[in-house]
Amino acid sequence: MSARNIGIVYKKELTEALRDRRTLIVMFIVPLVLFPLVSVGFGAAIAALIGKAREETPKVMVIGGQDSPSVLSGLNKVPKIQVVPLEANWKDQVVNKQIPVVVEIPEGFERSLAEQKEQTVLIHDYDGDLKSDTARGKIEKYFNDYRDSVVKDRLAARNLPVTVLKPFEVKPHNVAPPEKSGGALFFGGFIAYIVVFLCLNGGMHPAMDLTAGEKERGTMETILSSPISRTHLVLGKFLLVLTTALTTAALSVVSMAISFSIVNALHTKPVQAGESDVTLHIGFGAALSVFIMALPLAVLFASVLLTISSFAKSYKEAQSYITPLLFIVILPAIAAMLPGVELNLKLALIPVLNVSLLCKELVIGTYHWNYIAIIFASTCVYAVAALFLAVKMFQRESVLFRS
Amino acid sequence: MIRSAVKFALWTTSVLLAYPARSMACSCGHDVIEQPEKVRANVGFLSTATALYPRLTAQELVEYFGRLNGLDEATLKKRIDDIFNRLDMNGFRDRRCDKLSTGMKQKTSIARTLVHDPPVMIFDEPTIGLDVMTARTITAFIRECRDRGKTVIFSTHVMSEVEKLCDTIGIIQSGKLLAEGTLAQLRQKYSENDLEEIFVKIVAPHYVPAEAH
Repeated sequence: MSARNIGIVYKKELTEALRDRRTLIVMFIVPLVLFPLVSVGFGAAIAALIGKAREETPKVMVIGGQDSPSVLSGLNKVPKIQVVPLEANWKDQVVNKQIPVVVEIPEGFERSLAEQKEQTVLIHDYDGDLKSDTARGKIEKYFNDYRDSVVKDRLAARNLPVTVLKPFEVKPHNVAPPEKSGGALFFGGFIAYIVVFLCLNGGMHPAMDLTAGEKERGTMETILSSPISRTHLVLGKFLLVLTTALTTAALSVVSMAISFSIVNALHTKPVQAGESDVTLHIGFGAALSVFIMALPLAVLFASVLLTISSFAKSYKEAQSYITPLLFIVILPAIAAMLPGVELNLKLALIPVLNVSLLCKELVIGTYHWNYIAIIFASTCVYAVAALFLAVKMFQRESVLFRS
Repeated sequence: MIRSAVKFALWTTSVLLAYPARSMACSCGHDVIEQPEKVRANVGFLSTATALYPRLTAQELVEYFGRLNGLDEATLKKRIDDIFNRLDMNGFRDRRCDKLSTGMKQKTSIARTLVHDPPVMIFDEPTIGLDVMTARTITAFIRECRDRGKTVIFSTHVMSEVEKLCDTIGIIQSGKLLAEGTLAQLRQKYSENDLEEIFVKIVAPHYVPAEAH
């Protein structure tokens, strides 16, 4: 009888939710349309910007160097830079980003070079500006190569091998599998953040609509005059909130997996040597395990959302209670994205943060079974406690008939 | 006839929306504190505060409450067909409640209240804001319920409805029951024929205009 009642309530709430434009937008449009558009669009825009900065031929002004013709002509031959005549206000032009860099060659550069005097070539740039950094890189490379050739010539003149200056090389060698290191680490944290955020976001509107919204519309009194017990009523509502939260989270993981594979397909070639290759990829196993870990978290969210919003008299009031909750939940999820925050026994007991940290590991395919057990169990405990609170809240006349 | 200030408290308590005081005894053999759900199943409750779910159709809404009252699908279908025919509701069966007119909404509310055929019905101003024809359909339906042996508690400010429908009349002002009896008894006691005059005679000495509170 009780399961039947909960089922009746759930079915009715589902019917209503699927006819509610706001629920549909949060549940389907955000994860399936908006999200890929934003992430893929944003990624594509960044890639295009970087590509454009690389393709562009930066204009470079040179101060001095009239007495060093071979350096100057070498500079002129550097591919994809254009040496333009020096103007008096060159500093302002760099500051105003009209020109990316200005090279200052000291007076008598080549003569001093021949005399083996110490000297410095200055590159005036705009630190942090993408175009300026790209142009500076090209100029630096030219001068470094030039310096190396000078060194080589000097060593050759003294009959010394190159190893005199460079007796050995130091080189990092990554032994971690590429799918578990580098950018993938950040990527895992990002997925966890998205799942936590959309899980909460998906349950927010229905939770407020089914409690505070019903009080506002006057249907709460109608349903309370029927023989259904309040426990069954709140459990039916809870199941609906849980459904929307999980659907939103699941759809967002799926749509992210799809949109990243599209990005990867579009982006096969331009990884140049020396750049870290971040392949964005979510495997089926990773997606499934993230989803399983998100289950008790979704129960926790749905219960907390219901508890808080059933206290409110109107949808608007509920919104003003829920907004701070959003920050409280999002902060640990963001903290989990930060590099260096790693799972330990204490963090494994902090709700939201623990699941976010774990999901970060799960996405890159690392399974710490002891942590998985602790986190799943602790989140279940929190979830059951929150659900119990939601049910208790619904039994209270002072909460249901606040006016 | 009950004035609104007290009305809601009385109604909520009588239908156990809120928890009743221990002094509220029993209804249809069920203790109101021990088995509130069973008591609610025996009562059909309609007030101006009981709204309809905007995104359900009239039929879905009545079905929902029928199922919550434990009706099986066959009985439910029969009950719904009966009530919808009787209240002339077939024209808007599948229309969403937020698209219904006031009269249609009120009819749907009544169908919702009575779908499980409760022995006790409580109607709080069921004809308020309705056109004459709809109001007539509703009062006629309530009279039928009475004639079928149901207990109907009915509150209204429309004296003609009271004269037509009520076996026992209670006049409540500021939370106090000032008079009770059949129409004939009240007429005799206050030596007036017109119910409105009787009402004024009873209430006037106790009447405090709302602004004075």
